[in-house]
Formats: sequence, structure tokens, C-alpha cells
Amino acid sequence: MAWANQDKTAIVGIGATDYYVRGKSWPRTINDMAGEAILKACADAGISIKDLDGFAYYSTAGAGYLDKFDTASLMETLGMPNVSFSATLTSGGGGCPGAIGLATAGLVNEDCKYAVTVMALQQLPQHRLGVVFGAGAPSPESSFLQPSGLVGPGHLMSMLTRRHMHLYGTTQDAFGEIVMATRANTHNRPKAVRQAPLTKEEYDHSVMLADPLRRLDFCLETDGAVAVITTTMDRAKDCRHKPAVVHACAHGGQREWGRAFAWMGMPDPHFASSGHKFTADRIWAQSGLAAKDMDVALIYDHFSPMVLMQLEDYGFCEKGEGNDYVLAGKIRYDAATQGGVNGGVPVNTHGGNLNEAYIIGMTHIVEGVEQVRGTAINQVKDAEFALVSGGPASLPVSSLILRSA
Amino acid sequence: MSEPIKYGPALLLPGEQIRISTNPDTEPFWEAAKEHRLTACQCASCGHFRMPPTPYCPECSSTEKNWPTLPGTATVFSYVVCNRNPKNGEPYIYVPVVVDIDGAPGARLNANVTGCNADDVHIGMKVTVEWTDIQDGWVLPNFRKV
Repeated sequence: MAWANQDKTAIVGIGATDYYVRGKSWPRTINDMAGEAILKACADAGISIKDLDGFAYYSTAGAGYLDKFDTASLMETLGMPNVSFSATLTSGGGGCPGAIGLATAGLVNEDCKYAVTVMALQQLPQHRLGVVFGAGAPSPESSFLQPSGLVGPGHLMSMLTRRHMHLYGTTQDAFGEIVMATRANTHNRPKAVRQAPLTKEEYDHSVMLADPLRRLDFCLETDGAVAVITTTMDRAKDCRHKPAVVHACAHGGQREWGRAFAWMGMPDPHFASSGHKFTADRIWAQSGLAAKDMDVALIYDHFSPMVLMQLEDYGFCEKGEGNDYVLAGKIRYDAATQGGVNGGVPVNTHGGNLNEAYIIGMTHIVEGVEQVRGTAINQVKDAEFALVSGGPASLPVSSLILRSA
Repeated sequence: MSEPIKYGPALLLPGEQIRISTNPDTEPFWEAAKEHRLTACQCASCGHFRMPPTPYCPECSSTEKNWPTLPGTATVFSYVVCNRNPKNGEPYIYVPVVVDIDGAPGARLNANVTGCNADDVHIGMKVTVEWTDIQDGWVLPNFRKV
């Protein structure tokens, strides 16, 4: 059954700062960067900051779990006259595209007219996201995880990856292909942190950080801010660009995934997965579409194996066949044809978290908007549908289908 | 594919650098560990096991709990080979494992495994509990290859 809010809202404005290697954004502040992204998104939409009256966050309005956003201080900083919607999805980066569904809720409920979703991330030496689980005395809950020395997200993700390799014969070659295939999309992107092409030999010599994962399987650590503005379709028609229509959006998940790698109690086959099966099934049911109908897929890539496991959970291939799908070149973008390779759907045409920048998923939404507008640097020809997914993590995770207007 | 890495012996992380905290839901597990008794939280009403211990049985909502003495053996469900001590960044080979606990179906623990080379750890490997003294007088269950 089609989603009641299908095609009722659209993303009309996108804005971003430069992307900085971790810590290099100083002496800028979180509010400085968030403000730049929001003002640029307003300019892109063709609206005034005075028109903006809604905030739809994710990650509990936390700036990468480190600092905090605050609607009140952003209003004060930017001179917004009033706000009539301010809400957030819980947990972390899993909720990123789901925040557009939250914005849609505020808009169709007529709470607000224009809702911004923003993330700003600044990882100063005392606030490093990659070791966030290891800082301080563990809680009673994490006292069942942290003493084992699983202190970083990469350690945790490696545990799931190892199980996937065991069950399905998945190889590290596939992880290398994910990094190389998406790296191939950044050579023409001036803002991307990593632009040089990557060879298999370089990948194989990348330092092993948490066997089976190498440094290059880990996403970038970057600073910066990204904002997107969502509004109703009637208002979207008056904005500067072709609307990126919100066709389907879901967040949540099932108990078998739960706290996921903060828990490690997931039964097979959920353990060796991305935890996205529940929301994947929901957006396909909402839209009547399937993976094969997507023209481009912007898949949250904090760790390369999680791309492979999401390809399975979203049905780009069968469960356990991600290795062969990836190694057949099917996530690659072919600039000559402006399309996929070997019958596949191009993945992360912007280079993703692994190569362009890591702003906790927001860059994937921006690329989805650019693709369905027809203005992407690595444009997929006649892109009609773009899938955007949030980070595999403790629930909720989320996903979004954008449609060209 | 590059050559497999040779890691050598799998070490336990030093107990003196490990802290835990407890709450009334989890404390019986850690009190049992002080007596070198491996237990898991079991619903006293329906028999379902859950770890970490939580206030309600997720199957039947009961708050009644049993803390049975388990055999102390387990099976490796998955593992990661790590090469730096997370405390100080020094080279240190340790192998975090997720284990299925024998006698407590569905319940898992996260621990380190020792008694073999890191290269020899594999999914399905049988292990037995090895008690590690940690800070504040608590005792942590780790595991040793059988």
C-alpha cells in the first residue's frame, strides 16, 4: 500500500561547508559551520532564513555524538523569527535520511513551512568519534562489551564482517572493490578529501586495523556541515531548483537487530547484516518499487563491508551474494554511458564517506538530490529514483527514496 | 589477495586496565563471577535466557530471574584480531570474541580468547572460561581454547 505522504514533500535546498580533515576546521565553531550550511541551503532553495521555521534532526540533535546542536541557539545566531517544529530521531547516523521523513511529518501536519535537517561535525583532539565508545568508565550495559577491547566502531564492524565471511565465503577482495569503485568517483570532485585513484595493491598494503578490516575500509574522519531544506510540494514549485520529491521514507528496525554491535546478541542471519531489512521492506512496500528500479544508490559507507551487507538487505542481490555482486563490477559508475556496469546500479557516485567526506550521512542525501535534479558531477543519465540509506548502527536505521519531479 | 598476517599468541588485555560498572539488574552476574561461577540471566517464569541482564524478560515480561551455574564452556561465534592495546596504543595482539554460552541458548558474551595463536582462532572453536581479575575487586570472564 502506497505511503500516505508519498510525493507530498520535496527537498528544495542543499548547502554545505568545505570538508576538512579531522580537527582542521578549527578555529571555526559548530554554530559557524552549521550556520553556513543552513544559509547556503536557504540560498539554494531561494528562500530567506526568515522563512525557515522547522528543524528535523537525527542523531538526537548531537553533532556527531560529540557536541550538541540547539534550536534555540541556531535561531538566535541566524535571526529566525519563530520556530514551530523542532524534533529529532533518536540514536545516531542510522537516522540520517529518516530525518527527511520527520521533516515531512512536521510539514504535512502544518506545523511548519520549511524544515531544515542539519549536521555539523567537528572532531577536535579531545572529541574523536572513532574512539567514542572507549572514552570514560563503561556503563553497566557497555560493561558487557568494552572490557573485551572492542572500543571503536571499526572493531565492532569487524565482528559482523568476520561472521559474514564465515557464512557466505565473502572475501576481503570485495571490500577492496567497494573502496576502489567509489574512489573512482572522486577524481573530478574538488571538495573530496581523497581524489587519487586507488589500486588493488595499495588497498592490500593498507594497514590492518581490526582484522579483517584495513584502514582503507574505514571511512574518513572529517569536519564540516551539511544542511538540506524540505518543504511541501506546493511551496517546492516556487523554489529555485527542480524539487527532489520525497517518494518514500522509513525509519526503525526489528528487535533481532536492536542495539546491534553495541550488544552482539543478534541471531543469524541478522548478525551478519546491516540491520536494514525492516526499513528496506518498508520503503519498497511504501513505493511499490524494488532495488532494480533505482537509478542510483547512495549507501551509507562508514565501513566498506556495510555497503555489501546493505546491498543484500535492500535486495540488489540475494543474501550471501554480495561478494559476487560487488566483484562483478555492479556498484561502479560508468562515466562514458552515464550509467551502471554489468547490469548493476551505481553506488555512491559522490565517493561516499570512504572517499569524499564523512558528515554522518548528509553527503548521501545531497548527492541523491543532485542526481534527481540532474545536476550531479557524476550524473546518472535520466536519474528518476535515488535510494539513500542511513548508517547501520543501533536502531533506528532509515532510508529514503527521492524521485525526480 | 595479500599474504595472511602472522600474529602469534593471543593475549588477554591486562586486567589492571579494565573497569566495569554495575546496576541492580547486572550485579548478580558480576557477583557470581567473583566466585568464579559463570552464569547468565534466565527468566524464572519461562526459562528464556538474556544477556546482558535486563529488568524484563523480552518473551513474557516477567521480572523474576534465575542465575543458574553454567558449565563455563562456550563456542566462538565471531572474532576480530586486534593489534594495539586500546589503553595506550602500544602493539598488543588480542582477540575479542563473541561466544555462544553453553547451557544458556541465545545468550552471548563478549570477551578475549587466549591459549592459542591469534591466527588459530576460528568460528566454532570450543573455549572454556578463564577468570581475569580487574579493577575494584571485580572478576571478568575471558576464555581459553579447550
